[in-house]
Amino acid sequence: MKKALLVFAVPAAVLTALLLAYAFYQAMWVAPMERTMGEVQRIFYYHVPSAWTAFLLFFVNLVASVTYLIRRNTRADAVALVSAEVGVVFCTVVLVTGPIWARPVWGIWWTWDIRLTTTLVLWLIYVSYLMLRRFSDGAQTPKLAAVLAIFGALDVPLVYFSIWFFRTQHPQPVIGGGGSIDPRMLHVLLINWLAFSCLALLVGWSRYRLEIMQRDLEEELALESLLGDGGLPPASAGASSRTGSLLNRTSSRMGPG
Amino acid sequence: MSALKSITGATLAKDIRLEWRSRDAINSMLFFSLLVVVIFSFSFDPNAEESREIAAGLIWVAFLFAAVVALNQTWARELRNQVLDAYRVSPAPASSLFLAKALGNFSLVSLLEAVMAPLFMIFYNLRALGPAWQLIPVAVLGTWALVVNGTFFAAMSLRTRSREIMLPLLLFPISIPAVQSMVEATRVLLAGDGSARFWLVLLLTYDVVFTTACLALFETVLQAE
Amino acid sequence: MAVALIAVNGLIKQFGRFAALRGVTAEFAGGRFYAILGDNGAGKTTLLRALAGLAQPTRGTISILGKTARAACRDVGYMAHPSLLYDEMSGLENLRYFARLYDIAGDGRCEEAIRSVGLEPDLARPVGQYSQGMRQRMSLARAILHDPKILLLDEPFSNVDVHSARVIVGLLKAMRDSGKTIFLVTHQAALLEGVADEFVWMQDGQIVDRGAGLSRE
Repeated sequence: MKKALLVFAVPAAVLTALLLAYAFYQAMWVAPMERTMGEVQRIFYYHVPSAWTAFLLFFVNLVASVTYLIRRNTRADAVALVSAEVGVVFCTVVLVTGPIWARPVWGIWWTWDIRLTTTLVLWLIYVSYLMLRRFSDGAQTPKLAAVLAIFGALDVPLVYFSIWFFRTQHPQPVIGGGGSIDPRMLHVLLINWLAFSCLALLVGWSRYRLEIMQRDLEEELALESLLGDGGLPPASAGASSRTGSLLNRTSSRMGPG
Repeated sequence: MSALKSITGATLAKDIRLEWRSRDAINSMLFFSLLVVVIFSFSFDPNAEESREIAAGLIWVAFLFAAVVALNQTWARELRNQVLDAYRVSPAPASSLFLAKALGNFSLVSLLEAVMAPLFMIFYNLRALGPAWQLIPVAVLGTWALVVNGTFFAAMSLRTRSREIMLPLLLFPISIPAVQSMVEATRVLLAGDGSARFWLVLLLTYDVVFTTACLALFETVLQAE
Repeated sequence: MAVALIAVNGLIKQFGRFAALRGVTAEFAGGRFYAILGDNGAGKTTLLRALAGLAQPTRGTISILGKTARAACRDVGYMAHPSLLYDEMSGLENLRYFARLYDIAGDGRCEEAIRSVGLEPDLARPVGQYSQGMRQRMSLARAILHDPKILLLDEPFSNVDVHSARVIVGLLKAMRDSGKTIFLVTHQAALLEGVADEFVWMQDGQIVDRGAGLSRE
């Protein structure tokens, strides 16, 4: 199994690095300069793809959370955890690049731009999600976190509408501008999104492997404690066949009920 | 359905009776609410024109603080002597318990608001220039929005360390659209410029969505060990 | 005599790395009084909580009257060391409330339950001011309120005065005689000598011995 990882992981990492380098080159040199904003506008190629990646990851989190609640599958819970963590990272990038872009161009650090504000609220919801996971103990964490993820998902459309209407009442500058986009810029944007998605996938996959390994280790230790000093009595036929299969298992694992 | 109502009613009656018997909790919360209004009045000069413009926001933030204090003690009595276990082993549906607690919190927070709102109106010389009666549905829907999720997250926090900080940590992000709606609706009604209708509809939608979610998912949270 | 069958098969309960129950398989017949004994950490409380539906098995199954633990909740009464009562209400007020959870209307059942544990229904004193013995008896009244076929008691005698303990044992004996099944976890085995039908010994998360006599070899 380790070998398979190396065979897969190293080329994937190299490929991602190359893609990121290429995307960087495209964003910084190849893409045409924006008429009004100048060079600073190039941060757009980091700001927007990060946002798309973050939203995609949060969507994955929602699907994984619902799957966990329905099936109680621990792998789904691991996916939920990982997608939330990586999603928060990309979300942070959006929130940091936004003001960096806004300040030189529009003279203000922040604006209650609908996309930026929705991103902020999403970030808050998912940071609270991660805090819930950190602060709750053991067995019930996956259930509680999954429930919170559903609440967050229900909240997002309401956030969007709330800010949208607020903006119609209190117009403010829009970061990133509206309107059509030069096809050359769109091209660079998509390349960067591909690169970021690959990075997200790579980082997410590594984190997922790490999480699964940690959980498997916990299972092993729990199993040792279970078998303990005396071992299981032979009379418990049901248990011994299951734990027998546990002992004989390879890396594939059935989650507990 | 009648079983739901009956158990909800019995639980609510029990909670009100218990609250009435140990009036310390309510008294301290009332005093806290008063303090909040006074502190705000010192921090945001009531005579300044700007303060009157942001009064809607001030009021709801003050309500939010008071609500968190009230919500944090939602399950305090059930935690002592592990009474929740008695509920969990009974055939009573979890949603009845939730509804009763949410209604109890709603009454308590409304009481606190009833103390704070007049004080704000007095200190800040507030008058509603728009249709004042609409402030009532805003208050009702807004308070329910805070209380329904607050009661739910208070139950979730029971299973965490630092349970009292966990409640606002979970509640505030999810409540953002509701808070914005309450504040904007109140501002519009006080200033008399524009219609609060959109905000009322949004608040109603928020309340319906999350009340449904809470009722559906409370069993999962209650039975989590 | 009612036949209330409880079957536990391969029951494993883990709390993280700690295995509280390590494969318990047993059958319990109806109408009998089982005393569950063992050192601290043997898994007695966890077993009882699993039977009550308060602890989900990590692996294995529990069957109570042919149903899962939660589905059988109307037939099971549970009592533990905490009283599961509201300190600020009187005994009758507490029972009145819990009766509603079981769809029991009227005070009749509540007063009957309180009298059967040797307490006065009229007592207006809040439960928080009871002695430990009274509190445990009131907790028992709450547990038997809905006339369950099976009674689970977790250390009902700790810190309880002798009189209250005798009252409780007497009541349990009468209930067993009328066909109920009783599981009682305790450290004070001597109290149950001559009363319990079977002593079940647990150690390290497993049942290691069962027998009618109190002494083990």
